[in-house]
Amino acid sequence: MSAGGAAGGGAGAAAAGAGDAPARIGLEVHCQLTSLATKLFCPCPSAYRGMEPNTNVCPVCMGLPGTLPRLNRRAVEKAVMVAASLGCSTPERIAFFRKNYFYPDLPKNFQITQLDAYGPSSVGGGGGSVDIGGGDAVRVRRVQLEEDPGRIVYGGGSGSGPRPTLVDYNRAGTALVEIVTEPDMDSPRQARRFLGVLSDAVANIGAADPSLEGAMRADGNVSVGGGPRVEVKNVGSFHDLEKALHFEIARQRSLAGRGIPVEQETRHWDQGRRVTVPARKKEADMDYRYLLEADIPPVAVGAVAASALAGGMPEGVAARRARYASEIGLPAQVADVLSSDRFYSDLFDEARRLPGGGGARAAREIANMITTDLMGIADTREKRGSLRVAASHLADLAAAVESGSVTRASARDALHEAARSGMPVAEIVEAKGLGVVGAGDGEEGGGGELARVVRDVLAAESRAAEQARADPKAVNYLVGRVMAATSGRADPQQTLRLIREGLGDAAGGGGDGR
Amino acid sequence: MTGLGGSRRRAAAPPVLPSIRRYLEDVGTGSVTCEEYMCRIRDRIERHDGELHAYLAVSGDAVERARGVDRGVREGRGGGGRCLGLPVAVKDNICVSSMPTTCASRMLEGYVPPYDATAVSRLLGAGAIITGKTNMDEFAMGLTTEFSAFGPSRNPWDADYAPGGSSGGSAVAVSACECMAALGSDTGGSVRNPASFCGVVGHKPTYGLVSRYGLVSYSNSIEQIGTMGRTVEDAAFVLGIIAGRDPRDDTTIGAAAGADPGAYADGLGGGIEGVRVGVVSEMVEGGAAEPDVARAVRRAASAAEAAGASCVDVSLGMAEFAVAAYYTITSAEAGSNLARYDGIRYGASRDDPDAYEFNAYVRRARALLGPEVKRRMILGGFVPSAGHAGRYYLKAVGVRDRLTRQVDEALSRVDVLLAPTVPVAPFRLGEVIDDPVRMFAADYATVLANLTGKPAASVPFGRAGPDGGMPVGVQVIGGAMRDALVLRVAAELEAAAGPVEAPAL
Repeated sequence: MSAGGAAGGGAGAAAAGAGDAPARIGLEVHCQLTSLATKLFCPCPSAYRGMEPNTNVCPVCMGLPGTLPRLNRRAVEKAVMVAASLGCSTPERIAFFRKNYFYPDLPKNFQITQLDAYGPSSVGGGGGSVDIGGGDAVRVRRVQLEEDPGRIVYGGGSGSGPRPTLVDYNRAGTALVEIVTEPDMDSPRQARRFLGVLSDAVANIGAADPSLEGAMRADGNVSVGGGPRVEVKNVGSFHDLEKALHFEIARQRSLAGRGIPVEQETRHWDQGRRVTVPARKKEADMDYRYLLEADIPPVAVGAVAASALAGGMPEGVAARRARYASEIGLPAQVADVLSSDRFYSDLFDEARRLPGGGGARAAREIANMITTDLMGIADTREKRGSLRVAASHLADLAAAVESGSVTRASARDALHEAARSGMPVAEIVEAKGLGVVGAGDGEEGGGGELARVVRDVLAAESRAAEQARADPKAVNYLVGRVMAATSGRADPQQTLRLIREGLGDAAGGGGDGR
Repeated sequence: MTGLGGSRRRAAAPPVLPSIRRYLEDVGTGSVTCEEYMCRIRDRIERHDGELHAYLAVSGDAVERARGVDRGVREGRGGGGRCLGLPVAVKDNICVSSMPTTCASRMLEGYVPPYDATAVSRLLGAGAIITGKTNMDEFAMGLTTEFSAFGPSRNPWDADYAPGGSSGGSAVAVSACECMAALGSDTGGSVRNPASFCGVVGHKPTYGLVSRYGLVSYSNSIEQIGTMGRTVEDAAFVLGIIAGRDPRDDTTIGAAAGADPGAYADGLGGGIEGVRVGVVSEMVEGGAAEPDVARAVRRAASAAEAAGASCVDVSLGMAEFAVAAYYTITSAEAGSNLARYDGIRYGASRDDPDAYEFNAYVRRARALLGPEVKRRMILGGFVPSAGHAGRYYLKAVGVRDRLTRQVDEALSRVDVLLAPTVPVAPFRLGEVIDDPVRMFAADYATVLANLTGKPAASVPFGRAGPDGGMPVGVQVIGGAMRDALVLRVAAELEAAAGPVEAPAL
């Protein structure tokens, strides 16, 4: 679609003192609906990655003469959900348009997309807004559903001689949502934050997996000091987009500073040279001759939108974060990390519904186990897919830690074991002997196992014991020795108490006045 | 050939092939076999198609398939479906996976589609046999079949005359008994116009009644696959086979395919007692039609009244803007639909060292297009372009909407509209090819049904023009999804016009 984020007119374009003139950035994000089984207009699989070139095609997505698009209703539902999750309204009926332009990766030499020029008919109209944290919000101008083109491979082929340009149509016709923002960001960093939030949002509603290569792509629109808007395209990753925006802002400020007017144009990011370069003039002046796509009658989506909102619409990332922070009292950073990942967020909520996971303390234990341990154990998509830790493991471990029957350190060991074997917590604790080492309080003669270990350690570490009596901080070394001797199964508080008691005894019952 | 003052005018005679009803009886009982019919058709093609050029490609295995049908009938297994091997010709812009589909263009020369159009697969599924692919104006743009890249077809009634178009080859094949029935496509009259010129019946269904899947798009918002036969009943029979919703075409409407295959042919004898007929004044009065043509329409109205219908004159003030709107909309859509022929996948030699740059591919490929296609592509690039869309394309869309409201309003007061099919008598070959405006004017009465999505049939009704006259058709237009009524009225007019005639070849 055409460039979004128009950043005002050019009246004060050559404003003086432009060296630090404020920048405005709008984004145009393309997100593949990777969760769909099939392409937008034909039954070919949408999972085209890793296939032999031009094997994931059919007469429809190749645009063979006589073929007609056949709208994937699931794609409409997903796109409406994306729009709703960004706060955009969906009209009663949506329509499709042809964007006519010539490009070798476009089988029909037009792209089927959406357009609001003749009245709202895209899956998402205006009114959307995305909270990107820090009190900043980015307005969403429109969300539309469209088809992805194929891919061009420059200098492909093998052998000697000139390298041909090859076209692979495997991707052609997969469903995209295009999300266009208002120019509400004033730094590349904010743009990056928006993309992070957006990425979490589409993953959260199960529309797309943004971690797949090329699943999310963004172009930027940049203006400085109210000057004309420059579109920055051809950026490979969000990381590069941040760099490209930085470069473009610096370039425009430098021009303005020297009194050279900035031209409204489209520029491409040159990955190798780390600069933006002007696109061919033609591209910016392109007239797309939009036509209504008569092969797809207008689709009534009022009902789809309503049901998506009522039933199928998962809780948004921001709502989760708020719930975790205010209702459960998770620290802000933990709430943030947990809520932004749908997979772990769901696991957390499920564990909390189980016996043992319900209380506030248990919730914090579970959140900590997930964010400090589990996210490290399963740090890739593949590992996640084969993860054997269930919500019940987390609830049982949280309950055990809360009751003091296992220590946090043991719980961590048990979690790793659960990730390997999937065995129930009780069996793991039993098999690996992870139960807490009894303090032995109240037992006859103080004969508990932990008390015995403490006595042994104090006896063996007499020099350290001396130091500990002189310097209370040095007691940590002794705690560490006890922990090592019990493989972490000793309760740290109990251990500290017993060590202090032991030190006092050895000093002749001096005590510390408690 | 019966010479009339040096012309190549043919005399009228009963067709050498029977009605489809009779065909099905013959083949079903074995009194005449499918093979015999197919051989008769093959002989007609061999004898006459060199001159008439109805076909661009002829099936190589039709006779063999016909034998299979006869075997099935003999062995009591049926003949492969209710069509019993019915030999049907298919316009060359409708995909048949076993034959080339060229759209009569150098661009698609040698292109064999990997799939069958839905209309074709429904025919094949009902046991029909495709006789071949018929000639047409390139990409269906034209109304004389002279814009075929492979040479024009000739009118079987007089080989100096154009057969009409763009489905000229299909009309010629039906008229000259080189098939039992044919499929055409109708974007602005391309089924009805050649039906009128060649003295056969042509029906343009309600938009959405027949799947367009496999019809190579020219102006996709208004075109339909239509049926052509020597009688209304034949055209209606084939419509019953191909009509119905198609999951491959989201614009199809109405009943599921095959729900009621007799829906169109079975009610034809029901008469038209009490049917209200509106004669479209703007298409008949004040010189809008040549006198012979206007007379044919008036006589048809009288015949309808004699059969118990009531006739009134109906005025459609928007009709005068229809042709302009039609050419604007179709050009815009053609510019988009034909954009895919860019030399990457079709139409260019791959080993040309000059064509290494994309624009060069497009340029070279487009050099393969004929003059009429080029004209409309250029128009199509202009009328929807920024700064011009408001004066042309969007205005045309507005005309279409107002015209539709006006026709809907008229059809709330009458059941069908009656009009000429083509306001002029058939052209000679070469007569209008260099005069696009005069040629476009011949579309005046047909584009109405396309722009408004209505069903319309052309039925032969007398003669027009000098030298004893060429065939002339009259047109019946009805409300959306009232195809059966349109065909019933057409059948009544057909009966009033006298026995069915074919040129004596």
